[in-house]
Amino acid sequence: MIRLISILAGLFFTVALGWALILGVVGLAHDGLPTSAEKKFHEHPKELALASDGMFGKFDRQQLQRGFQVYKEVCANCHAIKLVAFRDLKALGYNEDEVKAVAKGYKVPAYNPGMGEMKTHDGTMADHFPPVVYAGQGSPPDLSLITKARHGGAAYVYSLLTGYQNPPADLPKENQPGAGLYYNPYFANLNIAMPKPLTSDGQVSYKDGTKATVDQMAQDVSAFLVWTAEPKLEKRHQTGWAVLGFLLFATILAYMAYRNVWADKKGH
Amino acid sequence: MSFPWANEYQPQHPLMQWLDAKLPLPRLVYNAIGAGYPVPRNLNYFWNFGVLAGVCLVIQILTGVILAMHYAGNADLAFNSTEHIMRDVNWGWMLRYMHSNGASAFFVVVYIHIFRGFFYGSYKAPREMIWLLGVVIFLLMMATAFMGYVLPWGQMSFWGAQVITGLFSAIPLVGDALHTWLLGGFAPDNAALNRFFSLHFLLPFVILGVVILHIWALHIPGSSNPTGVEVKSESDTVPFHPYYTAKDGWGLGAFLLIYCAVVFFAPNALGHPDNYIPANPMQTPAHIVPEWYFWPFYAILRAFTQNFPLLGIPAKLLGVMGMFSAILVWFFLPWLDRSPVRSGHFRPTFRKFYWLLVIDVAVLGYCGGSPAEEPFVIISQIAAIYYFLHFLVVLPIVSSIEQPEPLPFSITEAVLGSDQAASLAPAE
Ligand code: HEC
Ligand code: HEM
Repeated sequence: MIRLISILAGLFFTVALGWALILGVVGLAHDGLPTSAEKKFHEHPKELALASDGMFGKFDRQQLQRGFQVYKEVCANCHAIKLVAFRDLKALGYNEDEVKAVAKGYKVPAYNPGMGEMKTHDGTMADHFPPVVYAGQGSPPDLSLITKARHGGAAYVYSLLTGYQNPPADLPKENQPGAGLYYNPYFANLNIAMPKPLTSDGQVSYKDGTKATVDQMAQDVSAFLVWTAEPKLEKRHQTGWAVLGFLLFATILAYMAYRNVWADKKGH
Repeated sequence: MSFPWANEYQPQHPLMQWLDAKLPLPRLVYNAIGAGYPVPRNLNYFWNFGVLAGVCLVIQILTGVILAMHYAGNADLAFNSTEHIMRDVNWGWMLRYMHSNGASAFFVVVYIHIFRGFFYGSYKAPREMIWLLGVVIFLLMMATAFMGYVLPWGQMSFWGAQVITGLFSAIPLVGDALHTWLLGGFAPDNAALNRFFSLHFLLPFVILGVVILHIWALHIPGSSNPTGVEVKSESDTVPFHPYYTAKDGWGLGAFLLIYCAVVFFAPNALGHPDNYIPANPMQTPAHIVPEWYFWPFYAILRAFTQNFPLLGIPAKLLGVMGMFSAILVWFFLPWLDRSPVRSGHFRPTFRKFYWLLVIDVAVLGYCGGSPAEEPFVIISQIAAIYYFLHFLVVLPIVSSIEQPEPLPFSITEAVLGSDQAASLAPAE
């Protein structure tokens, strides 16, 4: 009885799916595989090698400081990094006074319950980077987590920043950048509302003497955004090695104990 | 229960004797996972995975309880409180990565555990109850994992919740009302997030309870084994301790090595980047995909793209029925597969279909993680048809016509090549 019911149930699903399959195949034969210009012209991120990559990765603090400078002087005009607190900047190798000075340069909004209104005060170590008011077209996302929030991570950000170009001649009309949009094949729909932010070499002047080419600035700010997204990366790698080392040792001991216990049993 | 030759618990120390007389907890442990529990001597490494699943459950509960101390179950705060855990809470990043990857590890382990059962016929008499409780556990795990994924309130959290809770509205007549009632609103919002948090905290303890029943039920017939031949004499078994504590111990070490390598060196490899974007009800992600462990079932859900011919049952309802049936059929497995032989080692025809099923589920998984467009829809339709045919048609038929290969007389014979008990046994 149960097998009769089960075979009927099996037929039910087979008919439902088979019917959908037939219509699907007919549709496919008629229309072919879906294609879109977005797929055709979209490009995968370029290679980007950073010191933080890999299982031994560590931050390059010089680079993070340069990247922070690019963020502060260029990107901060439009993008916030609200999840980062000023005190966190010490991890980039700045001393207390330097961080306080950075914080002071920002106006941080705070609700004043006495007055029942929003006021601003100078940033302190305890504050987070404030929100950014942006008046232009599009909505610039908060960049704190951006390298974890996009496929390709830092390499994607780097490619996006250096990927602006003229639209190819064979780009279909509906994919041409409209008003206030810029062609960038690394961006999901090819046309991004962000004007090319890194426009010329020497746009910032690095204190450590590194030449501020567009490519260098793009790499540095991408490295910085890896840090904002995953400030505990170094500690994670270090802890990871300690944990794996301990586990390997314990597992070898456990394996030897296992061999020992089973020594008198054939078949193992 | 146990076999007559099981060691008897004999406490030596007066304190243990006293305890044994008042509350025989040590005796329980001794008989459950100690020297008092005889286990087939020929278990292979696939029998390690039940213990590993238990370890995963403990990891999830321990890390989860601490995470809950810092998490805020409020739609305005949830995303930032998760990031607060990652950035400001001592070792918070480690707890969170252990918990999110712990869920994946749990499903890897349980899928291996389930497919071990499929191959070795572990679901057959006298172990039906172990199996049925296992399927209940699996359903509870899926509910728990789904609600847990909603908690960080990222884009995938929100849209995943939107899609999955939306399935309830496919139910005829009451669907819409039920949907609104379950969510506490028309779309996932604070009310839904809050109840998901509450249930996500509760369900692991329910799972724990069912696991205890699962292991209780296991201890009545005892474990099966790769030959599927039942235990006949003392030489077929070894005491759980030290033999299987040692084997489970080193297996646990190997498992933790892999798990920790992922936690510390690729903690986001299994997650979707969109969940690092705060939930935004106004912006639908390009592709809404659940976590990888739901992909095979998600593919089945989406494979139903047309209303049922003539009867006109809506495609969406078919999808929901199909997705749930894909798991519910497991409940009937002990009665669908009627072969008296348990182990796939001795079932040549069954074995081929078994491997076909493994490939089929992998294909479904791949399609479930891909965008809902061709050719993935067609592939998942073919794979879903096989999935249902396998359980509902192939197994009942194969098990009644297949000619199994000869079984060894006993476990001892399978291991040692001969068994003294065999020569004494009456000819069959
Ligand atoms: C003039 C304002 C402006 C400046 C300066 C600016 N951006 Fe943007 N950015 C935008 C806008 C607007 C968007 C949203 C684009 C869209 O969605 O089409 C955006 C989007 C982005 C994105 C997300 C793209 C995606 O995948 O959604 C990244 C990453 C980014 N910007 C990085 C940067 C970096 C790094 C800098 C500094 C070097 C920077 N931006 C400077 C306006 C700006
Ligand atoms: C929280 C999840 C689970 C835990 C902690 C758990 C635990 C265990 C343990 C410790 C064993 C004995 C060791 C072994 O055979 O591996 C076992 C056996 C078993 N489990 Fe599970 N289990 C879980 C989920 C499941 C699920 C989802 C199923 C099936 C749908 C299942 C089916 C079985 C069966 C059939 C056996 C007996 C195997 C045999 O003796 O051949 N279990 N389980």
